[in-house]
Amino acid sequence: MTEHENGAPAQSTDLAHASSSGALTTRGALPERFENPGLPPHVYRAADVEPQAAKHAERQVATLFALSMVATLVFLVTYFAIPEESTFFFPGVGTINTLHVALGLSMGFSLFLIGIGAVHWAKTLMPDHEIVEERHLQRSTDEQRASAVNVVVEGGRSAQLDRRPLLKYTLGGALGLFALPFAFQLVGSLGPVTVGELKETIWDPEENDGKPIRLMRDPEMTPIKLSDVTQGSVFHVMPETLQKYLDEGRHVLEAKAKAAVILIRIDPDLIKVKKAKDWSVDGVVAYSKICTHVGCAVGLYEQTTHHLLCPCHQSTFDLTHDCAVIFGPAKRPLPQLKITVDDAGYLVAPEGFHEPVGPSFWERAR
Amino acid sequence: MSTINEERPADALRAHDAAARRDHEETRPLGGIAGWVDDRTGGTKGVSTLMKKVFPDHWSFMLGEIAMYSMIICLLTGVFLTFWFIPSMTQSPYDGSYVPLQGVMVSDAYRSTLDISFDIRGGLLIRQIHHWAALIFVVAVFCHMARVFFTGAFRKPREINWVFGTILSLLACIEGFAGYSLPDDLLSGTGIRAMNGFVQSIPVIGSYMAYFIFGGAFPGELIIPRLYSLHILLVPAALVGLFTAHILLVFLQKHTQYPGPGRTNNNVVGYPFMPVYIAKAGGFFFIVFGVIALISAVVSINPIWGYGPYDPSPITAGSQPDWYMGFADGALRLLPGFLEFVAFGFTFSMNIFPGSILLLPIMWTIIGIYPFVEKWVTGDDREHHLLDRPRNAPARTGIGVAGIVLYSVLFFAAGNDLMAIKLHLSINDITNTLRVLFFIGPPIAYWITKRICLSMQQYDRDKVLHGRETGTIWRHANGEFEEIHAPLTPRERWHLVQQEVQEPFVVTETTDAHGVANPVARKDQWRAKLSHFYFKDRVDPVTPAELEAAHHAHGPALATEPTETEAAETEASEPAIERH
Ligand code: HEM
Ligand code: FES
Repeated sequence: MTEHENGAPAQSTDLAHASSSGALTTRGALPERFENPGLPPHVYRAADVEPQAAKHAERQVATLFALSMVATLVFLVTYFAIPEESTFFFPGVGTINTLHVALGLSMGFSLFLIGIGAVHWAKTLMPDHEIVEERHLQRSTDEQRASAVNVVVEGGRSAQLDRRPLLKYTLGGALGLFALPFAFQLVGSLGPVTVGELKETIWDPEENDGKPIRLMRDPEMTPIKLSDVTQGSVFHVMPETLQKYLDEGRHVLEAKAKAAVILIRIDPDLIKVKKAKDWSVDGVVAYSKICTHVGCAVGLYEQTTHHLLCPCHQSTFDLTHDCAVIFGPAKRPLPQLKITVDDAGYLVAPEGFHEPVGPSFWERAR
Repeated sequence: MSTINEERPADALRAHDAAARRDHEETRPLGGIAGWVDDRTGGTKGVSTLMKKVFPDHWSFMLGEIAMYSMIICLLTGVFLTFWFIPSMTQSPYDGSYVPLQGVMVSDAYRSTLDISFDIRGGLLIRQIHHWAALIFVVAVFCHMARVFFTGAFRKPREINWVFGTILSLLACIEGFAGYSLPDDLLSGTGIRAMNGFVQSIPVIGSYMAYFIFGGAFPGELIIPRLYSLHILLVPAALVGLFTAHILLVFLQKHTQYPGPGRTNNNVVGYPFMPVYIAKAGGFFFIVFGVIALISAVVSINPIWGYGPYDPSPITAGSQPDWYMGFADGALRLLPGFLEFVAFGFTFSMNIFPGSILLLPIMWTIIGIYPFVEKWVTGDDREHHLLDRPRNAPARTGIGVAGIVLYSVLFFAAGNDLMAIKLHLSINDITNTLRVLFFIGPPIAYWITKRICLSMQQYDRDKVLHGRETGTIWRHANGEFEEIHAPLTPRERWHLVQQEVQEPFVVTETTDAHGVANPVARKDQWRAKLSHFYFKDRVDPVTPAELEAAHHAHGPALATEPTETEAAETEASEPAIERH
C-alpha cells in the first residue's frame, strides 16, 4: 500500500492509513478508527458451478438474440408491406398511423433484445470476479515536471526569445491582432442594423400615399364594415397595405410581425380612458396584438372581464383601461390604433400607431 | 547490429525476417490485420491497457452512460434528418399529402419537416427518435450532474471534468433549443419570437444584436439557416469534442467508487472492460436505443402539423418550450413588469433581461465554480476517489437540494397557466406564491435536507452501536417487551463508519505581531465562517472505543436497546452532534 501517495493527512480513513499503521491495531489499545475489513469472499453464481445452469443461461441469451433477428425481419417486411396512409383506431389514443407504429415497435424490439441479451450474458456467464486495480497519484513526479519546464525554457532560450525582446513583442502583437479581420467580417456582415425600423409599421399612412388605411380581416384580407363588428365580437386584423407584400411575396412575415391588430367591440360606457374612447368608433377599439413583453400574439379575449391575455407568459391587459397591464411580466399597455369609418362605411386607421409596437428595446423611448 | 551476419548480410536478414514473422503469427492468432496496424502504429499497448481497465459497478454510474448514448442516438438520427430537411424560410404553398394544410403558405423548413413526417417511409420514426433522444439526453445529463454533485465526485482531481460537464449541459440545452426551432412551426416560431424579444432587452446593444442575429428585421429569412448551422455543425462539434475530453479524463483518472469493504482511496474495485463492460455497456446502448425507439413508436412528440406554420399573428394558447428551457420561461413569468423603467431616455427592460439573458450564464457559472468554492472552504488538497454518501456531507447535500428547489420553482412557474386551469386556482395567487417560494423555498429546503442527513447519520451511529433490528421480540419476566438487536458484521459496519470527520476551520490569529489586522487573516475569517456553515453540525462516525463501551454496557453476545438511563448516559458522555 502506498500510504502517502495522496498526501493524505493522518485523519484519512482509507485502508492505506489503517492497515499500514499496524501499531494502532496492537492488542490492548483500541485503534482510533475502524479498519477496512477488505473485500468480501466471492460468491459463485449458479452458472459458475452448475453446467446445467450455464447451459440454461446460454439458451436464454441465444433466444433473446434470435428474437431480435425476428424483430428486424418484421421491420423489413412492414417497411414494404404497409401503405403510408394506413391507420387504425386505438381506444383512448385515437387514430394511429400503422406504418409508423409497426416500424417503431419492430425497430425498438430488435435493438432492445440485443441489449438485454448482451447484459444477461455478462451477468450470468462472463467472469464476475472483482478485480482490484491500484491507483497512482495523478500528478507527474517532481523530476518529470522539472524536465518539462526545462524543455520549454530551453526551447525558448534557443529560439532567442529572451535575448530578442523585439521579436517577442511583435509576435505578441501580430497574434493578438490577427483575429480582428475575422471578427469584423462576421459582426459587420451579419445583418443590416436598421434598428430604426423597430419603430415603424405598415399602418403608417405614408405606406398608402398618405391615405387612411383600411382594416382587413386576417387572413382573408377583406375590409371590415363597422356594422360587421357586433357587440363582443373579436377580429384579427391586418392593414390594407399588407396586400402589396402578399402580392410580391416578400417580407410578409416581417410586416405582419409588427402590424397585427385585434379589433373588439365593447359597450362604449365601459371605456374608462378618454383617449381610448376618442380613438374608437361606437365602442369598437383596435389595439396592437403584439405583446409588449417579448412579442407573442395577444390573442385570448375574455368576454366577461374584458381582459386580453397573452398565452406566452400570461400578461393580462384591461381593455376598459386602455389595455393597461393588470397582471404578468409586461410593463407597458398595448398600443392603441386610432380608427374611424371611411365614406364607404369601412373601418380605417387614419394615423398609424403613435408609439413603437411590440417588445421593449433600448432606444424605444428616444 | 550484433544480429546481422557480417559475411552474408542478405541471408541473415531474411532469416531474421522469417523469425519475426513466425513470432508474429504466434502472438497474434487473431490474424494479420491487428498486427499490420500495430506494426505501423504500436497501438496495441494502449488497446490492451484499455481492455484491462477496471470499472466499478453502480446503478447511478449508468446516468452518464444514458446521456452518452442518447447523444449518440441524436447524432445518428440527426444525420438521417439532414438528408431531407431543407433549412430555408422561403415560402410556398404546401402541396404534400397532409390534406388539412394543402394550399397554406409554408416555409421550406416546415414543408420538409411535414414531408419527413408523412411522405418519407419511416421518416416520422426517425424524427420522433431524434426528439425523444434529445429530451432524454438533457434529462440524463442533469441527473448525471446531480449524481456527481451529491456524491462529491467533483473533488480533486476531477474539477476539470466537472467544468467540462457544466459546459456540456449548457451546450445540450442550446443544441436542443436550436433543433426545436428548426421545423418553423407555430410553436417553435413563437419561441424564436420570444428569443428576439429577449435579445432586444439587452441594454445598449440589444436592438443591434437582434438585427445581427436575425440578419435584419424579425423574422427575416436567415434565422433558420443560421440555427441550422449551429445545430448540425458548431454545437455538435463542440459537444463531441468536449465529450471526448470528458471521457478521456475518466479513463485517465479512473472512475470513482462508492466506499465499501476492500475499497480504498488508492484502488478501484470492479470488472474489466473486456469482456464484462463491453457487453454491459454495449448492451446498455442497445437497451437505451431500443427503449427510445419504442417510446417514439407509441408516444407522439411535437406533432407540428397540428400547430400549423409559423405566422406572427395567430394565437398559440398554452405555448411552452421543450422542458429544459422551462425554467427560463418560468423566470420570465415571475419577474414583475414594474422592473422595466426608462432612464435618460433609454429603456431598461429589467423585467426581461435578468430572466432570459442573464439567468443562464449566472446559473451555469455558479454550478461551474462550486468545486472550487468547496475546496477553498475545506482547504482540502488531497485527491478523492471514494465517493461520499450524501448524508455524510449534510451541508453540500442541503445546498444541492436548495438548488433543485430553486430550479423547480422556476420550472413550475413556466406552467402557472396550466396549474391554474387544472387546479382551479387563480393564476395571480399561484404566481405570487411562486415568487415568495423563489426566495424562501431554497433556505427551507436546505435546512430540512440538512436535518434529514444528520438524523440519518445518527441512525447509522445507532445501528453500529446497538446492532440491527432482528424483528424478534423477547418478553421479560417482569412482562416488559424488548426487541433483540444483532450486532453488525465488520463488513456491514464498515459502510457506516468509513467516512472522514471534517472539523470546522478555526482562525487562531487575526492580528499580526504588532496588533495590526492582517488581511490574510481577514480572508481566513471568511473561510472560517463558511467552514463553520458547512461543518458545525455534524455526526461523527462511531469509533472502536465507542463501540466497545456500548458492548460493555449491554453485554457482548446480544446487544440490546439501552434502557432509558443508559441512553441518557451515553448521550451525556459523548454528544453525537457536536456544536462549536
Ligand atoms: C446531440 C444533440 C442534439 C439534440 C439535443 C437535438 C435536438 C433536436 C430537436 C429537439 C429537434 C426538433 C425535432 C422535431 O421535433 O422536429 C431537432 C431537429 C433537427 N435536428 Fe437535431 N439534435 C441534436 C443533434 C443533431 C445532429 C448532430 C444533427 C445533424 C447532423 C441534427 C439534425 C437535425 C435536423 C436536420 C433537424 C430538423 C428536422 C426535424 O425537425 O425533423 N441534430 N434536433
Ligand atoms: S410575450 Fe406576452 S407575456 Fe410574455
